[in-house]
Amino acid sequence: MRIALLALMASSAPALAAGPEFTVYAPEYFASEWGPGPKIEEGFEANCNCDLVFVTGDVLPRILLEGEGTEADAVIGLSIDQTLRARESGLFAPHNEDTSALTMPIEWQDDVFLPFNWSETAFIYDETRLENPPESLQALLDAQDDLKIVIQDPRSSVSGLALLLWIKQVFGDDSMTAWEKLKPKVLTVTQGWSEAYGMFTDGEADMVLSFTTSPAYHIGAEEDTTKHAAIFPEGHYLLAELAAQVKGTDQPELAQQFMDYILSPDFQGMIAEANWSYPSKLPDDQLPDYFADLPRPEKTIFLSEDEAEALRQPALDEWLRVFAN
Amino acid sequence: MAARLRELTRSPGTRIPPYTFGAAAGVLLLVLILGTLGVVAAYAGGLSALGPWDMRAIWFTLWQSVVSATLSAVLAVPVARALARRRFTGRALLITLLGAPFILPVIVAVMGLVSVFGRSGFVNDALASLGLSPISIYGWQGVILAHVFFNLPLSVRMILHGWQAIPAERFRLALSLGFGAADISRHLERPMLREVLPGAWLAVFLVCLTSFAVALALGGGPGATTVELAIYQAFRFDFDMGKAATLAIVQVGLCVVALALASRISRPAEFGAGLDRTNPIPAPIGWRQGVDYISIAAAAAFLLVPMAAVILKGVPGLLSLPPPVWAAAGRSVIMALISALLALTLALALATAIARGQKWAELAGMLPLVASPLVLGTGLFLMLRNAASPTELALPVTTTINAVMALPFALRILIPATHSLHADYGRLADSLGLHGFARLRLLILPRLARPIGFAGGLSAALAMGDLGVITLFADSRNPTLPLKLYQFMNSYRMDDAAACAVLLMGISFALFWLFDRGGRVRAAI
Repeated sequence: MRIALLALMASSAPALAAGPEFTVYAPEYFASEWGPGPKIEEGFEANCNCDLVFVTGDVLPRILLEGEGTEADAVIGLSIDQTLRARESGLFAPHNEDTSALTMPIEWQDDVFLPFNWSETAFIYDETRLENPPESLQALLDAQDDLKIVIQDPRSSVSGLALLLWIKQVFGDDSMTAWEKLKPKVLTVTQGWSEAYGMFTDGEADMVLSFTTSPAYHIGAEEDTTKHAAIFPEGHYLLAELAAQVKGTDQPELAQQFMDYILSPDFQGMIAEANWSYPSKLPDDQLPDYFADLPRPEKTIFLSEDEAEALRQPALDEWLRVFAN
Repeated sequence: MAARLRELTRSPGTRIPPYTFGAAAGVLLLVLILGTLGVVAAYAGGLSALGPWDMRAIWFTLWQSVVSATLSAVLAVPVARALARRRFTGRALLITLLGAPFILPVIVAVMGLVSVFGRSGFVNDALASLGLSPISIYGWQGVILAHVFFNLPLSVRMILHGWQAIPAERFRLALSLGFGAADISRHLERPMLREVLPGAWLAVFLVCLTSFAVALALGGGPGATTVELAIYQAFRFDFDMGKAATLAIVQVGLCVVALALASRISRPAEFGAGLDRTNPIPAPIGWRQGVDYISIAAAAAFLLVPMAAVILKGVPGLLSLPPPVWAAAGRSVIMALISALLALTLALALATAIARGQKWAELAGMLPLVASPLVLGTGLFLMLRNAASPTELALPVTTTINAVMALPFALRILIPATHSLHADYGRLADSLGLHGFARLRLLILPRLARPIGFAGGLSAALAMGDLGVITLFADSRNPTLPLKLYQFMNSYRMDDAAACAVLLMGISFALFWLFDRGGRVRAAI
């Protein structure tokens, strides 16, 4: 028992730190060795004379709970639907970066939340299992009911909420009818993206709600070219992941340095293959070839946080009315 | 020896009353469960009102729990009876294996169920080749299927213990009196079931009441929202702590009602003490023999095939898992062992107090079952945030919460045995002046070895597969094995995730087997 306790304590002791500790809250996937976290840590520590520590979990709920007393110096990986609540908390400081040179299909004007990657939501299919994928969102709604898709719950998942806003934006007042047509094709609604994607790769569903950049993983890491994003002429909803510095940090220089690092070529260059999404500031010719060659939608749909917030509850009620019965 | 004599002859006046530890454990639990709830409500500045969707979640939770618990308990009776009275090669192994689904991490079990009953699973392939229409696992039927899959093993084991607890002398007496199957059923089996079934039903009901991940994966949509899921959404999406606290109170309320109902139905069988003879229970031949073997075969197929599917899928990638996964596995094992020891200590203390008539301790011991891990974690987080860094507390807090969450199961297993022990040997031990550590070592541990082993294995395995709490306190430098599994999935590495699932399942099962086996070896003495 004592040995076990010692082992447990040893295993949770922090690594030897070089310089002051710089704490960044990040989502779960960041910490894994295939996520972007370890590379970012190594890259930032090379110049900061500090010990970058990622603390993972539900970033926003955690920092809201901790309030002014938070240990975080910066946060990374906030999702785009959280900016309003994060802003209202007053816990975050401006990023002080020039966002006019970002390589995103939309103009980014937020001075607090800095995007470091982006991608558009899309339905992914496997060409060996689905030979004639629907060619538009409308065609998906009109497809045979034996076409099965898996989506995510908009109450617990960023991509699920994106679909809600996507449908609302494309179909407007007819969105309720759109959901009614889509419902028979929905095999199941999962809590998060990973469960849904797992069901798709297991062959349970013909299509899964994911991102236009998902096929890049299969090409780049598995040399599998059978997975594609169905590109729809109605446009696709843009998602971005964001970083911000914490106002109350006792290391404001390091926090600013971290913001600078996020837009540096070093950081941006690792996003594609660590995060399987587009970096927010990197010209196409610096992306891996197969990434640059991915088909992109012609039209990008994006809502400001006020517009998105105004639509969220009515759209959610509509969705619940259709799907909870 | 001298110490033992001193122990035996210590004067009763200076002795701590025997249920003090149990009472302390009970108070600790009440503070932990209700205290954290109070802290969350206080933080929120009060409770929030529930909307129509929350009421729907409560209704769905309630009816699916009743159906799942009833199905699990009813289906378990023939299986447990067959296992109790038949002897065949591999019987002991089969009993252990049948316990496996209950200890499977939810995510792994869902993988297995989908590969058997899913759209592209064996069952639908077979139905298609017969020209029959496919069945769907998604929706309320999927939730109930998964809950029966998880909880049938628990019910079988609890009822099997009940059968084994009927002293062999009673069956010999019945035979010598010329009892037929119907008489045995009326005088021996039904009184036993009357005592054991409500507890088994209640345990399953409470597990289903707090079900979270199953409803998410197989529920099919928001129609299958459970209360625990509503809590998660209030927390993650709306940051509405008041609503999370209100929903948590609803769960506690449902638990109290269910406990009250079950204790009204349950009646002690009062067989009296036996001589521990291991004479087999009479096994009728003829059609009853056929029914028994069909019951065993059906249960084995239902419970073992999904696990085999998970193994087949994950084994090829097992050896190529990277080193950090093995480190995470080691960390999880240590945490699981500490959790199990904690859970056993608390459960034994509580069970002893309950056997001595401290009824409230039973309620305290069952409370963790309906405590929302998310509310518990958030409450602890709020309580401890000024005392220490949450990151430093990640592993100790997770270990403690896992122990507390496993406690009700350990307690359910220990209560009947402790009760009989107290009724049958309590007066004798008291008159011999057998108290304290000596009583524990000479009477309680040897006589309760079997249920203690079972309870310890269950606690260790449940702690092994837990993901819930650590996500709030996560510490990226020290991930646990279930966390690794999610990291694989989030990085598109589904094959590695499948291999990780096999590893997780293998370790959970090994822990369970070692404890359970240990208990049965001791019991054979």
